[in-house]
Amino acid sequence: MRILIVGGGMGGTILANNLARRLRNELKSGKASITMLSASDQHMYQPGLLYVAVGKMSPDELYRDQVDLLEPSIRFHVDPVTKFDLAGNHVITKSGKQHDYDIIVISTGSRPHAEGTPGLAEHSLQFYTEADALNMYKSLREFEGGKVVVAVGVPHKCPMAPLEITFMLIDFFKERGIWDKVQMHYTYPIGRVHSLEPVANWAVPEFERLGVTHETLFNMKEVTADKVISEEGTEESYDMLVTIPSHKGMQVIEENELGAGGFIPTDRARLNIEGHENAFVIGDTTNLPISKAGSTAHFEAEALAENIAATIKIGTPVRDYDGKVFCFIEAGEGRATYAMFNYQNPPDPKPPTKGMHWFKTAYNKMYWASARGLL
Amino acid sequence: MHQKVKSGISNSRKNTVERKLVDAKNTFCPGPLMELIGQMKLAAVGDELEILSTDKGSANDIPEWIHKVGHELLDSFEEDGVWHLIVKKAK
Repeated sequence: MRILIVGGGMGGTILANNLARRLRNELKSGKASITMLSASDQHMYQPGLLYVAVGKMSPDELYRDQVDLLEPSIRFHVDPVTKFDLAGNHVITKSGKQHDYDIIVISTGSRPHAEGTPGLAEHSLQFYTEADALNMYKSLREFEGGKVVVAVGVPHKCPMAPLEITFMLIDFFKERGIWDKVQMHYTYPIGRVHSLEPVANWAVPEFERLGVTHETLFNMKEVTADKVISEEGTEESYDMLVTIPSHKGMQVIEENELGAGGFIPTDRARLNIEGHENAFVIGDTTNLPISKAGSTAHFEAEALAENIAATIKIGTPVRDYDGKVFCFIEAGEGRATYAMFNYQNPPDPKPPTKGMHWFKTAYNKMYWASARGLL
Repeated sequence: MHQKVKSGISNSRKNTVERKLVDAKNTFCPGPLMELIGQMKLAAVGDELEILSTDKGSANDIPEWIHKVGHELLDSFEEDGVWHLIVKKAK
């Protein structure tokens, strides 16, 4: 049984390692093989970019060699896929090689799509790439005060990021001693300040306590040198604009017409591509209406690994993915909380604590054990 | 998810335009309205989308957003605990 994993991010890596342990005997005997194709020999801890943007982490802390994270039994190639042939059960890579498979898992992730909003790339600070996060930190260090606007594109990776960056910016300005010279204005695309109602209900009084103004139903249409204009017909002037850009799936997904916007139609329980029983999708690459977050990829990978291993061992999958998501929420002032939910159970976030912030800080280091499939 | 279905599954409107189904039932984050906003970006002017939601708040906040942006709400109804909101991209 040839298992092909396309993409070496969090979902693909956890899946590969989990499978390698479950199929130890099958891999040894040659009855199964696991191959991973990735675009990079490096693995980035993407949530760390938020901390790089405010000077709390260094970029070099975010990377490990991908091969060092993988079980030795996994065949790893830096050779990204350029063509998917789901009907023919093979892919073609950039180098021109063909990889045949019995089972394929696509976990290529998503990418910021700043160019989707005119003026956004030129005029706003972002933190979804290393270069952007560093640029944001350097700009923040030089900022002397004024109106800071936070604006959010749809869809976006890490649903907690808009609130987290707002609270972390406040801390940054306080530490620099310029908070009294800053007016912070937060905007959000839907009718409350966060997707999760309990989180929104917590955030509004925090905003009021800190003097942060906010505007809802604000979707960026265009950004100019001094204002951001919404689809809803309003506009906000700014001295510094911090944006969460809208995201798309990877270009190769669009080029192969696997899904609109680069997001592949996926069964919410079995995680297979609609119409394909041996092709699966995890992480940001799915079109599922759930959070595009590392934890989503993590829990999907665990469920899928169990099912693929069971299919090989006993001929049938054994569980559904239940929609589980767990997101830390940095709340500022050295505090954090979290939201955990699935398809059936809504989140019930608790008041932020310093202990949860330190747990998140520790997780920034423990992530590498998680990627190896040990946590 | 997101398969195209013939419109007319709505019990109050019938036409022959293919409609994109956005199944946001039993999801909390990013939620039905955010999902709709993302799907509207991928749609062409004139496309119809039907979003399914188990969040009763969707019956209010989706029409509010549609009205504010200037799209068209073709229909909304509740059936077996699921809200169906049918919208047309107008610009």
